[in-house]
Amino acid sequence: MTIVRETLLPPAPPPRRTGGPVGWLRDNLFSGPGNTLATLVVLAGLALLLPPAIRFLVTDAVWSGTSGEACRPATAGHPVGACWAFIGDKINYLVYGSYPAAERWRPNLFFGLVALSAVWMLWLDAPKRGLGAVFVFLVGPILSVWLLSGASVLGLAPVATSLWGGMLVTLVVSLVGIVAALPLGILLALGRRSELPVLRYACIGFIEFWRGVPLITVLFMANVMLPLFLPGDLTVDRLVRPLVGIALFASAYMAEVVRGGLQAIPEGQGRAALALGLTRWQALRLVILPQALKVVVPGIVNTLIGLFKDTTLVSIVGLADFIRVLEAARADPRWSAPTIPATAYAFAALFYLAVCFSMARYAAFIERRLAAGERGRS
Amino acid sequence: MDRASGRTRPRSGGRGARGGRRVPRSPRALALQALVALALAALAYVAATNASEKLARQGITAGFGFLGRSAGFDISQRLIPYAAATATYLDAFRVGLLNTLLVSGLAIGLATLIGFAVGIARLSPNWLVRTLAATYVETLRNLPLLLQLLVWYVAVRVALPEAQRPAAWGGAYLSQRGLVLPRPEFSGVAWLVPAAVLAGIVLSGAWARRRARRVEAGAAPGPIVGPALALVLGLPALAWIGLARAGHPVPVAWPAPGPYGPEGGLGILPEFAALLLGLSTYTAAFIAEIVRAGLNSVARGQGEAAAALGLSRAKTLALVTIPQAMRVIVPPLTSQYLNITKNSSLAVLIGYPDLVHVFMGTVLNQTNQAVEVVAITMAVYLTLSLGLAALMNAYNRRAAPGMR
Repeated sequence: MTIVRETLLPPAPPPRRTGGPVGWLRDNLFSGPGNTLATLVVLAGLALLLPPAIRFLVTDAVWSGTSGEACRPATAGHPVGACWAFIGDKINYLVYGSYPAAERWRPNLFFGLVALSAVWMLWLDAPKRGLGAVFVFLVGPILSVWLLSGASVLGLAPVATSLWGGMLVTLVVSLVGIVAALPLGILLALGRRSELPVLRYACIGFIEFWRGVPLITVLFMANVMLPLFLPGDLTVDRLVRPLVGIALFASAYMAEVVRGGLQAIPEGQGRAALALGLTRWQALRLVILPQALKVVVPGIVNTLIGLFKDTTLVSIVGLADFIRVLEAARADPRWSAPTIPATAYAFAALFYLAVCFSMARYAAFIERRLAAGERGRS
Repeated sequence: MDRASGRTRPRSGGRGARGGRRVPRSPRALALQALVALALAALAYVAATNASEKLARQGITAGFGFLGRSAGFDISQRLIPYAAATATYLDAFRVGLLNTLLVSGLAIGLATLIGFAVGIARLSPNWLVRTLAATYVETLRNLPLLLQLLVWYVAVRVALPEAQRPAAWGGAYLSQRGLVLPRPEFSGVAWLVPAAVLAGIVLSGAWARRRARRVEAGAAPGPIVGPALALVLGLPALAWIGLARAGHPVPVAWPAPGPYGPEGGLGILPEFAALLLGLSTYTAAFIAEIVRAGLNSVARGQGEAAAALGLSRAKTLALVTIPQAMRVIVPPLTSQYLNITKNSSLAVLIGYPDLVHVFMGTVLNQTNQAVEVVAITMAVYLTLSLGLAALMNAYNRRAAPGMR
């Protein structure tokens, strides 16, 4: 018996293509009957939804005009989508609220300061980040208050907070939230891990209380109860009341994020620091906190996103934040046209989406970087 | 050294409940704690005296007596009898609380359904489905809930037909005034129908337990979804038909178009619909991420082994992957349920009469009993939060202890 083949086999057909566009399509969209059906259903849905959306946002949109008249189908001569002329006309109101036009350089400078602080804090390899922290949490807030509300020392005319509005107020509320919540949250997280029962239970009670109630009740409480608790005829500015509520509320959430970071640091780190002769305070400041805070940067940014979205609630208690100013602009009879509400909400959606999505991307980037660092170490 | 530890051990053993954590007893630690306690007490004292002084000046008597006073305002949606003329503030509180519970409960169910669907879709082998699900999550998660509620309530509602010319569909009417459905009246012998629903649920539970026992005993698991659906839907249908045959048909109030909009029937407020849809689609985006993380946490080999055994993708998910993922999914899911309950307070924006709108809004404005109203409202939410958390912790203890 021989096992040697004497004739040449006919060449086998090439294997199924797995690379290239065709292979990709087959693998990802048409790999089976169910899959093909899903693809077709989604494509049909997109064909139904996308063209109207594009028509609304771009092709049928009205880009210029001075009143709602321009955004009526009768005047425009075609079905009207978004009325971007409305946003263009109102943009100063949407950004600054009723802040006096002559003083608008002050909010602009404030935006500049915020951008500088944000880059300083978020760019991990920025020079002198320690100095940046002092700036962001101490110098920056004082400068901003002077700049925005006026300071006779600097020769700046006072501007009542009732005139502030729009994105300016949204930004101020979020920044007060984060600038107050981060230090407070760190203190609360440390207190919750303290060995002293009175301190620990006080912190647990504080954190769980704020995390257990809705923000809107906190804002109502700040509005009606804060003035009651203060002595004599001391009144609190209408802008400051919700800020106090937001700061306390956000600090409870921040405390839980920071606690997660503290728990991620092995106990040996603190013990080693003590063994080297560091005091408990030094061990905390030089060894534990730097590591713990680095781990929770994504968590902090996610809390910040939540805080930024939650600032919209201050419109319910009467602050002229971006949403409230937008609703006021929408109600302007000069700009009454059928698509004005949809235009306003589309603009707001783009604004919030841009800010929150970029923050979320940043958090994901840091997370990847931290994960890479972990892999590199082990 | 030995003596020192011998001295401390009985003391720390005495407080074993704290997991053996040693409580420092040094004078410095005691002084610090006394200082903290003193500061908190002083803060509370100053706040309380200031508040009582100011309330006295405004002529408001502290206490909960105001709950018995007549409310005198109407509420647009109520699950229990409530008449503006005779109802007290306590009744208004009850109505608001029930409305909050209703919308939160329904939103929890709906958000879980959408969230699981989107979360599973994010891991679909189909690129289009995967991308669509990711777009859904990234968009809804990054927009404030308040803006989404405005879109549902204002922008979507204007696209609906006017109340005078509602869209009709099989006895139901949809218009800018909301959705009106035919309402069966379960009075008289008709109570058998809701009773049949309850019986169906109880029997399904019994069937599931019997099935679980059979699986423990090594038998093949029988069907569950089909029998449960048949019991929960079939029994009431049987009762309905049986009653009709026996000459006692269940009376149904059919809505009819009137001059100002549909009249009669079971009305669903546009505020309620907007809040329910907004809450559930928003939270579903977060639940989808939780579900995705949970499914990813299950070892790849589990799914591959199930596929090798010949299970379809749906069966693999339902029988192998999701049950194992639940241990990872449930804890964060709980906090999303809590978020739904808390976020339902945004109802105040669009005028749905929930607890915050009715009690912290109208009642607070009418009575000026700020301290009591705020305290009661916050106590309700705290109770709901802590109660749900305790419930889910109990579930976790049952479901979590390791893999079998």
